[in-house]
Amino acid sequence: MSTFLGMPSLPVFGSGNLHAAESFPKAAHRELGNAQLRANLGHATHTIRDKRLQVVSELPDWEQLRDAGSAIKESVMARLPELLEQFEQNFTARGGVIHWARDASEANEIVAGLIRDTGETEVVKVKSMATQEIGLNEYLEEQGIAAFETDLAELIVQLDHDKPSHILVPAIHKNRTEIRDIFLREMPGADPELTDNPAVLAMAARAHLRRKFLTAKVAVSGANFALADSGTLAVVESEGNGRMCLTLPETLITVMGVEKLLPSWQDLEVFMQLLPRSSTGERMNPYTSLWTGVTEGDGPQNVHLVLLDNGRSAALADEMGRSALHCIRCSACMNVCPVYERTGGHAYGSTYPGPIGAILSPLLTGIESEENSSLPYASSLCGACYDACPVKINIPDILVHLRSVDVDSQRGKKKLPSQMDVGMSAASWALSSGKRLGLLERGLPLGRLAAGRDKKIKKLPGIAAGWTQSRDIPAPPAQSFRNWWAKERQGAEQHGGKTQDTTQNEETGA
Amino acid sequence: MRIALFATCIVDAMYPRTAQATVSILERLGHEVVFPAGQACCGQMHVNSGYLKEAVPVVANHVDAFDTEEYDVAVAPSGSCVASVKHQHPMVARSCGDTALETRAAAVGARTYELSELLVDVLGVTDAGAQLGSYFPHRVTYHPSCHGMRLLRLGDRQSRLLRTVAGIDLVDLPEADQCCGFGGTFSIKNADVSSAMLEDKAANIRTTGAELCTGGDASCLMHIGGGLSRQGSNVTTLHLAEILASTMGAPASVTGDVHVSTGKATR
Repeated sequence: MSTFLGMPSLPVFGSGNLHAAESFPKAAHRELGNAQLRANLGHATHTIRDKRLQVVSELPDWEQLRDAGSAIKESVMARLPELLEQFEQNFTARGGVIHWARDASEANEIVAGLIRDTGETEVVKVKSMATQEIGLNEYLEEQGIAAFETDLAELIVQLDHDKPSHILVPAIHKNRTEIRDIFLREMPGADPELTDNPAVLAMAARAHLRRKFLTAKVAVSGANFALADSGTLAVVESEGNGRMCLTLPETLITVMGVEKLLPSWQDLEVFMQLLPRSSTGERMNPYTSLWTGVTEGDGPQNVHLVLLDNGRSAALADEMGRSALHCIRCSACMNVCPVYERTGGHAYGSTYPGPIGAILSPLLTGIESEENSSLPYASSLCGACYDACPVKINIPDILVHLRSVDVDSQRGKKKLPSQMDVGMSAASWALSSGKRLGLLERGLPLGRLAAGRDKKIKKLPGIAAGWTQSRDIPAPPAQSFRNWWAKERQGAEQHGGKTQDTTQNEETGA
Repeated sequence: MRIALFATCIVDAMYPRTAQATVSILERLGHEVVFPAGQACCGQMHVNSGYLKEAVPVVANHVDAFDTEEYDVAVAPSGSCVASVKHQHPMVARSCGDTALETRAAAVGARTYELSELLVDVLGVTDAGAQLGSYFPHRVTYHPSCHGMRLLRLGDRQSRLLRTVAGIDLVDLPEADQCCGFGGTFSIKNADVSSAMLEDKAANIRTTGAELCTGGDASCLMHIGGGLSRQGSNVTTLHLAEILASTMGAPASVTGDVHVSTGKATR
């Protein structure tokens, strides 16, 4: 991999809200105990999942669209430096200002500096994963700047001093009663008679937000796409709150990961079909805002874009993992993931939860720490995420790749090999020869002894104990197939005859 | 046709009857079955756990055992292991820079079939009852395992075969396409999440009122069966090869235990 953006060839990992604070199994254990969360998540993911399947099935060329999306993204990754320069040229020519940020802290400082220059202490925000990733709200708060989220779900999470647990539906883990309680507790001027009727809740949020929109002089946004051929930015949303942020204030500051680039307007057509169907299960999203620099007398007159690396160069340098950067943040993978469905997003510790988070977080921030290295194992490799991904990111293969990066990075470092290391080495020896396996299988009757009278093994030692916390293991058979075959078939052949239909043989098994 | 049986390590060691049933089905169709004695395991457990270096000798052993002219096609009663042979083996060989092994692995993979794939696509079985004499008078539900469904794209081959077994009462499993939570070492490394997934799978199986749950992968069935057993359920699991091999004269019987033993019919 050649150097990129003037970066050294060693990967420079990102920082911010991408790093797990505890290992996935530990966090998952805690989240699994929350029955309300599991019920909310199960209901919500199933609803979106079904909607998505329905609208996807309407398109006869869905698979071709996925192929096209994947191919466009692949070409973007192959010529990212060139496209970024083209974008910069066009964006600047139309009155925008570009800022380059290597990591979270650089990006935060740039945004805070731009806001300070306006003399304002309050900003409105359109929902943005990039600013979540860099922890912008928290940083601005430290700097005495209040950032108000305007996306309804983001607002709920922010008012509750909580963290989003889903990319698209940040408050997926909360039900309407919980939301009413949050509004009553945290929203200034909320009607004390507020009910948990969704329309009533939406109106309360609307009244609250309208006041913000009409007074804010500065907005901060993310971007779903950036078109290199014209220097245009795009935000795709459902509520119109983004549109308010993007058009009403005087200053607009956008923070965007460098991978969001598309070569041309023509490419946008593919993604405008892929994204809404994959994320909200809609044929088309209600609001698509596109802006190209500054238009005199219309909309924000100071337009800035912070182009964020924050580990993306490192991810790009990983040949097997780089397609994780194709992600368009639709969240289809988490809506179909059986692991996400049961643990929720907080278990992943990062801004990016679910299957994509399990690969993206370690790719962006490195896999050396114990917490991050547990993420690629947070999957049964069932493959539902790959099937659902609109840009065909082969998440299971990248998970397996990252597991091998993790195992290799640990080699020779540990004073003592782990139980898993010892087990895998022993299994490699035993399973790389039919003869050895056949000899070992002669010990199967010992397992029968351990199983006892009810022919079930109910407790295993060491790391295997996890299995027997909720599952029995059947007693092994008296004889393996291999040893039966050698005796009955090859032996019989030598004695000039075949045994009868194998199913009638009574010698083997329990 | 001369067919090589890849028994897979788990079937070989834990479920020999599944392998015997596979042999029986193929022989009833008039084919000759050979068992390459050098075979051991596909190495999927190593690959999926990140132990790629340790997977190399396991993969090399499999390729050595099956890279012969002594058979026409190879078959395994496991979608997951076949997916590993087809999709992972060339990758493992590449990872250690062995291009010769990669080529041979790809060739072995190209003539390795999952059981239902072989029966339907190659051997032309459309009616198990008529062509194999399959008879299994039980209420059965079917779990399509993830790797067969998503990596091999088996589609409805397995359920189509099951539906044609004489006497069977095949009932749909709600949320059938959801993973059972096994995932190899996932069930150990993330035992809590795996258990939660298993809990839901078992609950769905119980709602069907089936006597047993079948499928094409012994590992998933061991996981599901192990969970049902721990929950004290009478519902058991049985590989679809054993259902297909079951006949009126030699029925597979359902014992209500995790284990299924051959012998006289229970009813």
